[in-house]
Amino acid sequence: MSSTLTKPGPGPEAAAGTSAAAHKITATFRIRRYDPEVSDKAVWQDFTIEIDPKERVLDALHQIKWDVDGTLTFRRSCAHGICGSDAMRINGRNRLACKTLIKDLSPEKPITVEPIKGMTVLKDLIVDMEPFFQAYRDVMPFLITTGNEPTRERRQSAADRERFDDTTKCILCAACTSSCPVFWNDGQYFGPAAIVNAHRFIFDSRDEGGEQRLEILNDKDGVWRCRTTFNCTDACPRGIEVTKAIQEVKKALITRRF
Amino acid sequence: MSTLITDDTQGFGPDNPAPRIDPPRARTRRSPRATRTNYEMYAWVFMRLSGILLVVLVLGHLLIQLVLDGGVSKVSFAFVAGRWASPFWQVWDLLMLWLAMLHGTTGLRTIINDYAQRDGTRFWLKMLLYTAAAFTIVLGTLVIFTFDPNIR
Repeated sequence: MSSTLTKPGPGPEAAAGTSAAAHKITATFRIRRYDPEVSDKAVWQDFTIEIDPKERVLDALHQIKWDVDGTLTFRRSCAHGICGSDAMRINGRNRLACKTLIKDLSPEKPITVEPIKGMTVLKDLIVDMEPFFQAYRDVMPFLITTGNEPTRERRQSAADRERFDDTTKCILCAACTSSCPVFWNDGQYFGPAAIVNAHRFIFDSRDEGGEQRLEILNDKDGVWRCRTTFNCTDACPRGIEVTKAIQEVKKALITRRF
Repeated sequence: MSTLITDDTQGFGPDNPAPRIDPPRARTRRSPRATRTNYEMYAWVFMRLSGILLVVLVLGHLLIQLVLDGGVSKVSFAFVAGRWASPFWQVWDLLMLWLAMLHGTTGLRTIINDYAQRDGTRFWLKMLLYTAAAFTIVLGTLVIFTFDPNIR
């Protein structure tokens, strides 16, 4: 044991310190800033910071907000990809800032960070999510049943649960809806997220409101506006096959009507 | 290190923020209104079915007109008159005309619905589209059925 200590050299703490510093790179974050209390125009602002490329974009935003410019405004809650607060457009793609590693973004070039598109920007990276949640509420995302309450839990087979398993993963981050070109052009469209959450109940064997939800989505601004561009599927940070879910709702509508 | 927002010529401040810029045609409390019809679904299904039929009709048409029997140089008044003497080709061309026109009209209607921002613009573009489509369909149908090869 003592023989290992004979070698002279820096202590373990010092070695860790230098290696951590050596890991850091200089990265530029080009952030879309907007503050209605200062100007009615949105501008790009560059922040160059030293950061470990294995950190996430959210860590970089924190570092900027805490150490460089405290006026930078963005949403985040859990910071671990579950709450869906920090969806933003990073390098032109909708992603969660807390699930995007800097090393995956080619950090030698400036990394652009913008608010998600198609919704009103309130400040910097914060948008008004009300239209998004309004569409969500409109598809009635809750269990609808008839008859008396059962005295025990509502049982379901594993196969029945599997039928809508994919769409239960939605965290309502709006990455899909705000990547949809139809939604950009016309906010009246329900958007992928609302349809995914309708799908979750339409294909639930315990739910009896499927027909009502299908009727809502059969309308002018429902599933038929989907152009299958697959932007939503690419954007989803949870890997939900969003376009497939929309197509399944279309199929259910057609097979029930014909 | 970084460029700051310096444009405060219009005097925006905490008590006087810049006005909100809502996206065009944003969802409101009263929209979208339910129409309770299956029209959109029928339009969607029609696009798929007519598309499949048109692949056969149009490719067959192009093959006959441009490739077989000496290619495009054979197409003349006599050639068209000869084909339209048969009810089969009359029905073929009629079907192609109707399906292509309705398919294209439905597609353009979708594009207008997606891109026209003002209600008035959308309405008048669609009226123009429907008028043009109806005119072409009526004229084409008239020609197919009243075609008389004996002009002199």
